[in-house]
Amino acid sequence: MKIVVPIKRVVDYNVKVRPLGDQSDVDLNNVKMAMNPFCEIAIEEAVRLKEAGTATEVIAVTVGTSASQEQLRTALALGADRAVLIETDVLLEPLAIAKALAKVIEKESPKLVILGKQAIDGDNNQTGQMLAALLDYGQATFASEVSIEGDTASVTREIDGGLQTIKVSLPAIITTDLRLNEPRYASLPNIMKAKKKEMDIQPVADLGIDVANRLELVSVEPPATRQEGIKVESVEELVSKLKNEAKVIS
Amino acid sequence: MSILVLAEHDNSNLKPSTLNTLAAAKEIGGSIHLLVTGKGCQSVADACATVEGVEKVLLADDDAYEHQLAESLSNLVKSIASNYTHILAPATTFGKNVLPRISALIDVQQISEITDVVSADTFKRPIYAGSCIATVKSNDSIKVITVRATAFDPVSATGGSAAIEALASADVSSLSSFVGEEIAKSDRPELTAASIVVSGGRGMQSGDNFHLLETIADKLGAAVGASRAAVDAGFVPNDYQVGQTGKIVAPDLYIAVGISGAIQHLAGMKDSKVIVAINKDPDAPIFQVADYGLVADLFDALPELSDQL
Repeated sequence: MKIVVPIKRVVDYNVKVRPLGDQSDVDLNNVKMAMNPFCEIAIEEAVRLKEAGTATEVIAVTVGTSASQEQLRTALALGADRAVLIETDVLLEPLAIAKALAKVIEKESPKLVILGKQAIDGDNNQTGQMLAALLDYGQATFASEVSIEGDTASVTREIDGGLQTIKVSLPAIITTDLRLNEPRYASLPNIMKAKKKEMDIQPVADLGIDVANRLELVSVEPPATRQEGIKVESVEELVSKLKNEAKVIS
Repeated sequence: MSILVLAEHDNSNLKPSTLNTLAAAKEIGGSIHLLVTGKGCQSVADACATVEGVEKVLLADDDAYEHQLAESLSNLVKSIASNYTHILAPATTFGKNVLPRISALIDVQQISEITDVVSADTFKRPIYAGSCIATVKSNDSIKVITVRATAFDPVSATGGSAAIEALASADVSSLSSFVGEEIAKSDRPELTAASIVVSGGRGMQSGDNFHLLETIADKLGAAVGASRAAVDAGFVPNDYQVGQTGKIVAPDLYIAVGISGAIQHLAGMKDSKVIVAINKDPDAPIFQVADYGLVADLFDALPELSDQL
């Protein structure tokens, strides 16, 4: 069984991103970049399925600029067998990314596609579901447990009220939530080995799809700031402030 | 303009997030239709018909829609999408699961988790865990939008008198099937709808210690939440998680206990009206957003707080 894992290069989760001075976009000059955390979980799940003998090959794919090769190398160091970069000059919107991924998946015909539920840059939470629609695959989003039984996947999903379990026919799309697994770190020997693994790079233009932006970014502003608060000295003072000043408890 | 809103419900009760989503629809303006899909959910449709500002309720009552599985539900919405200029759903796990699928089926770039309606085609939404607010204008002919419930005051559940129209099932899919669910049962209010939330973090040290928070929550009629660290450590179940990738809350009072205040957690609660932080580390970032900060050991402060309430 072949598994495709789409991943994304994003700003490292520890970086506090700010708008540019002219508020035309976010300021990404000289910020640290990394693989999106949910994508690490997706790679880990695929690699575990391979280690368990369920999967035979894990292919990491990204749609992004040339710099994304760095994150694909990380995926290879974490255990992916080969990588595909669909190269673009600019960051595409989720629908365009899903269209590009759909082309790769049609060519690779994997039995399973695992990807992060959301990227921590745009916080869109769209690509997996869109990809499922474009390929007419079943979808199991926000997964916290996955088991493969023949031609179906049984997936436990994190939903607002608790947990839901569904079955999806393969091939299917699974998107990862935080509790699916704890990703490993790449070992030095594996980082060295990853340098020799195959990486196929092709320009997005070769796929023959429309990737034009549908949304216009009008402006990017900082969020409203909260008025500075105070420190109270005791629980008694806290309760008194909440009752008499803030009037939020009685 | 004509707006379709997907109602969120459990086949017997309408979820409050629907009313917040309708408030965003009202700001966009135009006639509003509310779509109820489910099985044996006539009572939900009846409740929808009385909601303020709803012109028509569309009811698709069929086995295929009992669990709101994305595949069949998306095909149904696709079949009626061309009647609308906007399709909205709450940005809950229900809306987040189904709406992008609909969006791709009708070749639209969705706008996720809007917090403000600027005009019928322009919206504000937080990005990078709320570190920035983007204003985006959609050039698609149909706007597909999820709505952050906490950013819009709910419309009234009464005062309307919409007609209920039956909608036949369309293109039912067998790609996925429901197996089961474990829905947490609690007498406390729902986290996203509670007016007071008491949350614990890694500082709670164990799941057992959450009873300290529960005692206080019960005295205040509050919901109990948690940071990702507390959920990852197994102290409490996943549905407690407040933050960028968990639940977004904005109660009148948010009490953060033993939570350091990572940006990912702040993204889920910093729009609360009053924030209280109790933490023994005076430099914890949570104090930067707190209206009232108490530097104390939570194991001393919580019993004392409980006594004084």
